[in-house]
Amino acid sequence: MKVEAKPDVQTSTAPKTGADLLIDLLINEGVETLFGYPGGAVLPIYDAIYRARGSIKHVLFRHEQGSIHAAEGYARITGKPGVVIATSGPGATNLVTGITDAMMDSLPLVIFTGQVARGVIGTDAFQEADVMAITTPITKHNYQVQNISDLPRIVKEAFHIASTGRPGPVLIDIPKDISAGELSQIPEEVTIHLPGYQPTTKPNPLQIKKLADAISKAMKPVILAGAGILHGKASKELTAFAEKHKIPVVTTLLGLGTIPATNPLSLGMGGMHGTYSANMAMYEADLLINIGARFDDRLTGNLKHFAPNAKVAHIDVDPAEIGKNVPTQIPIVSDSKEALVELMNQTAESPDTVGWLETLNKYKAEFPLWYKHNPNGMSPQWLIEAIHKVTNGDAVVTTDVGQHQMWAAQYYNFEKPHRWVTSGGLGTMGFGFPAAIGAQMASPGSTVVAIVGDAGFQMTLQELSVIYEQNLPVKIIIVNNGALGMVRQWQELLHGNRISESILNTQPDFVKLAEAYHIRGLKIESQEELITKLPEVFAYDGPVLMDCRVLQQEKVFPMIAPGKGIHEMIGVKPS
Amino acid sequence: MKRIISLTVQDRSGVLNRVTGLLQRRQFNISSISVGPTETEGISKMTLVVEVEDEQRLEQVTKQLNKQIDVLKVSDITDKAIVARELALIKVAGSSQLRSEINGIIDPFRALVIDVSKDSLTIQITGRPDKIDALIDLLRPYGIKEIARTGLTAFLRGHQPQVNELTTYSQIK
Repeated sequence: MKVEAKPDVQTSTAPKTGADLLIDLLINEGVETLFGYPGGAVLPIYDAIYRARGSIKHVLFRHEQGSIHAAEGYARITGKPGVVIATSGPGATNLVTGITDAMMDSLPLVIFTGQVARGVIGTDAFQEADVMAITTPITKHNYQVQNISDLPRIVKEAFHIASTGRPGPVLIDIPKDISAGELSQIPEEVTIHLPGYQPTTKPNPLQIKKLADAISKAMKPVILAGAGILHGKASKELTAFAEKHKIPVVTTLLGLGTIPATNPLSLGMGGMHGTYSANMAMYEADLLINIGARFDDRLTGNLKHFAPNAKVAHIDVDPAEIGKNVPTQIPIVSDSKEALVELMNQTAESPDTVGWLETLNKYKAEFPLWYKHNPNGMSPQWLIEAIHKVTNGDAVVTTDVGQHQMWAAQYYNFEKPHRWVTSGGLGTMGFGFPAAIGAQMASPGSTVVAIVGDAGFQMTLQELSVIYEQNLPVKIIIVNNGALGMVRQWQELLHGNRISESILNTQPDFVKLAEAYHIRGLKIESQEELITKLPEVFAYDGPVLMDCRVLQQEKVFPMIAPGKGIHEMIGVKPS
Repeated sequence: MKRIISLTVQDRSGVLNRVTGLLQRRQFNISSISVGPTETEGISKMTLVVEVEDEQRLEQVTKQLNKQIDVLKVSDITDKAIVARELALIKVAGSSQLRSEINGIIDPFRALVIDVSKDSLTIQITGRPDKIDALIDLLRPYGIKEIARTGLTAFLRGHQPQVNELTTYSQIK
């Protein structure tokens, strides 16, 4: 006798819930992947995910922080919002670091948190937390759903707000009785009406003209290229603009890859651990054109000495960034691409920058990035160069924060945009590895390398389960110096060599750890070993963890000490 | 310097928290804040009096407020021609013998006695903050038991004078 399988998918007669509606709305928004973790208050949503399996993918992480950093990695690569689901209370509070990280680095996320039922909100119910109050300062906007019929409007607004203007995280808090509630009727199609949110994306023609005139009059112009160029997908336009007028380009940490590192006009990264030529270009410039950067203190150093002789032009889609830290003479509120296209249409003459470029090339030649080879061990900078070589400089590279991040920024010369995923503004340890998971999911064909520190990796290593389960060929490179390297460096240089609580004397056996998670693991202790193993590791179609032992004493140079100006770099030459 | 900032906001739950939280996080000092509904349903008006160091900080506070999705409009109206009022309730210790004397003081301020008890009376005054400050100073010798102030609320006058006359209209220093 033939037994008919019971259909899993809901029949049209069965009542739909708020959660079913939510999943429909996400599918309509084009969401393919959910980064999540279930729990009591989101059980109705997970029920709806179960019913909708096949139409939408859910990836189960092992900690909410892992899921949100993965969503950030996904958003950084695709430019589309990463979608996160977590339960109420601890689920939501575990997202806080990731939400703040996305806010600081302008990454589009739409985050759904469960909440206790409306009737018990405010009674300190089980797993209740005031997620709205907690996340108000760390989101671009947030909502708590009070009626099922509001869901279509709120979801649509959330995706719109997250991905337009200056992108950022938007959170939607959903009480359990809303997601479990039955839908009396299918709400009608909604249109967005946000009178308080009208980002300016087209530049003011007068300001563009003013900037074009300033460029023709400049003797020492320099462009500062930030992540706004990546959000505006304007890397080509940036390079064309720089080449048209022969203007040198400094990039921020997050702006790496906006102009190819090998372009003769590229001066590399500016700021605390930037190149001498990049920082001196900003120090000596008479015109500084900031495109999509926010003059972070790690870039500017002491503001008194930042670009002291320069007229400052600032192109930013967020008007609040203009004039926030650095007085600006030519403010241009605009999307980066729109502004660059308009600038290219201007007929004003190019400045004569031959002498200026000669000076900067002299700085480049005289004070390049440097490190010493040590016969007793592996230099971390060399390690990064070796990874660059084996990946042809075309890998997606993710990092945590600290020394390994700076070395990756300095020595993995990015030729292309959208290859660099790092925690810039918030400086989050534990970011790099889960972000690599999201990046690999966003770009399955790419080589994805998580360059992480031994300390940061231990903050989110539980996600090893995910790369095994999803069979993601992420390559994890632990730059293992047995220390909180940057903390140790500051203690050595700035705190009288009092090495306080920054050495990790006890570490797990990372190879065994990888194996415990069913992943290949290798320990690398010498340069020779690395050279033999690296090609094989990157040829392998699966995840690999490499525990690379590097010299603990190695420091990131050059450096602007805190409180100093960009012209006061130390360690610009080998001592 | 003290500035009067007028905000038009969506009347949604949490909007007051968004505004005050933002000011606190960005280290702006709020002297007073008043909120209430407007002629349009769903739209509220907030009047903030904030202490800012300079023009740059002032620009920053208005820009940050403008970024809030529920904030529809932000204007610094300090130097505009505006009507601005605050209401204060002042409870003064006063036996029946002193009442006529107190009445004599409050009369020029067009303040009212709105509650009397055996050993105190409550005065209501409406006006600009400096006028209220002046009355409080005059009443202090009688023994002030309690003060409650609403904070300033304000909007533009129906007619705005030419730009060069503006500074003379400044309501607070």
